[in-house]
Amino acid sequence: MTATPVRAPDGPATTTVTFRDAFRAGLREALAGDERVFLMGEDVGRYGGCFAVSQGLLEEFGEERVRDAPLSESAFVGAGIGAAIGGTLPIVEIMTVNFALLALDQIVNNAATLRHMSGGQLGVPLVVRIPTGPGRQLAAQHSHTLEGWFAHVPGLRVVTPATLADARGMLATALLDPDPVLVFEQIGLYGTSGELATDAGPVDLDRAAVRRAGTDATVVAYGGSLAPVLAAAEQLAGRGVSAEVVDLRALRPLDTDTVVESVARTHRLVVVDNAWRSGGPMAEVVARVAEQALDELDAPVERVAAVEVPVPYPRHLEEAALPQASDVVAATLRAVG
Amino acid sequence: MSGADDPLALFTTMLRVRRFEERCVELYSAAAIRGFMHLCIGEEAVAAGVIGALAADDAVVSTYREHGHALARGIPMPSVFAEMFGRVTGCSRGRGGSMHLFDASRRFYGGNAIVAGGIPVAVGLALADRLLHRSHVSACLFGDGAVAEGEFHESLNLAALWHLPVVFCCENNQYAMGTSLARTHAETDLALRAGSYGLRSWSVDGMDAVAVRAATRLAVDTARAGGGPCFLELRTYRFRAHSMYDADRYRERAEIDAWLERDPVERLAAVLAADGTLDEPGRTALEEAVTREIDEAVGLAEAGPPEPVADLSRYVTAEAGR
Repeated sequence: MTATPVRAPDGPATTTVTFRDAFRAGLREALAGDERVFLMGEDVGRYGGCFAVSQGLLEEFGEERVRDAPLSESAFVGAGIGAAIGGTLPIVEIMTVNFALLALDQIVNNAATLRHMSGGQLGVPLVVRIPTGPGRQLAAQHSHTLEGWFAHVPGLRVVTPATLADARGMLATALLDPDPVLVFEQIGLYGTSGELATDAGPVDLDRAAVRRAGTDATVVAYGGSLAPVLAAAEQLAGRGVSAEVVDLRALRPLDTDTVVESVARTHRLVVVDNAWRSGGPMAEVVARVAEQALDELDAPVERVAAVEVPVPYPRHLEEAALPQASDVVAATLRAVG
Repeated sequence: MSGADDPLALFTTMLRVRRFEERCVELYSAAAIRGFMHLCIGEEAVAAGVIGALAADDAVVSTYREHGHALARGIPMPSVFAEMFGRVTGCSRGRGGSMHLFDASRRFYGGNAIVAGGIPVAVGLALADRLLHRSHVSACLFGDGAVAEGEFHESLNLAALWHLPVVFCCENNQYAMGTSLARTHAETDLALRAGSYGLRSWSVDGMDAVAVRAATRLAVDTARAGGGPCFLELRTYRFRAHSMYDADRYRERAEIDAWLERDPVERLAAVLAADGTLDEPGRTALEEAVTREIDEAVGLAEAGPPEPVADLSRYVTAEAGR
């Protein structure tokens, strides 16, 4: 995966950073900014984070606020829920989305439902950071793209940073949310780098973003699929096709308006998903466009999704299982006829 | 709240819980209460004893068999009935029902219907207290069935590892739904198992409210003083089935009768009668007062309005969002 181009915000100074650096900067700022914030999870402290995101934070903030948890996803996510109810602002890290399934009970049955079951008395201002997606040949128990499952659940906010600015800024916004926010960080992006404004800060979590303007087709992506989609858009430009790229940024609540407005301009829709096609997050996007903007479509919707197989270990099979830029190019060319 | 020291307060709490639930049976039969309903008749000493040992600002996390815990904690009876009737005046605005009683103002955090699901939440409440330098204790009530769940073991390990002020109160009524402890646990000595995580643990006669309160006090004092989490196994019995849907075919009559002999309400009544605290006229007057309280509470609850359907989508996320 190549470095993700970032639209530089207005302002003079940028610096070259990795996604790992950007996430860490967000964490450091959160810990420094509010005494109630603490980080808890497997290997986050002494080890420095399984993906080295939290390196140095234990030394900087101490063991009370950077807490190494046992391998007990359900207990430490549940404890994060209790701590959030109790007046602190926990950031819980789960090592990978496949492990998050061990905490599914706490996330779905408690974090997402306590406000409702209590008639509005209990909010759960919890942030859970969850590495997700393929890209490092980690095979079928460390590579899946399951954020769509969580996006199914009312009461949760599900965000998927795909740019350095979002990686840097989503945590700060998430911490202001009085409800649980799940931040799905792309494993494949951690080591990639790009330019980030030195004054980058909190970002909007409510609106999808048009990452590249275009006139011929709307290509919708999020998280790990944004980089190949932007690469595809570049290739399409070389073939005279102008693709507009929409980054959803959040899977719940889903900003349908931005997608529909784009489709109203381009009249073609291509959706791209690292998740499996059946019941994947993009199925909802397509359904909403069908509900709200069917008349705007001049061609059948094109869906580019992961092959319905557990993600395999060998590099060539992993790549074959996942949407590539070439797949997006082919689908968009079909759409524009 | 029934935090007073005298046994008469314990008895009053138990009597309110017993008569409350007996009325619930009638209301359920009349279809005023629907859904799953789990009664704690027979287990009142745990409710009165555990809650009676807590301070007002300690936290309570409970299960789906929580009517007794909620009443003992001081949640007003009309709002509990209203909750079970699904009225907006219920303690959870009628959105939870019997299994999800909540009262944030009394630090009563459910009402959890996922077995063991509340245990890590109690650990987190204690963690927050630690981080915010408060001297509260979190009491977590759950059944013996929860001890078979992974979350129980993960949570005890975490609380002991971090030395958090949690009192784990296992209401051991001998049955996980319809299956006995002996059929589901390789080691049935629950205090022994909890103790293996390095926390102090005791087994207590859960049919003796005075003993339950004394043991809980010791555990709460230990946790509050920085002694780390504690575990209490409270050996009790539910006189009724697991839920209103349960035909209760799995228990021998002789076993039930043996436990009925140890009825916690009548047992404490006998003690109070023997020492002259509560004579026959006193008992009668108390019964009448409880009946009046229940009658009035049912009347108030029935008068409560249902929530407008227009509000269906509220309380999913914070208001003024999304």
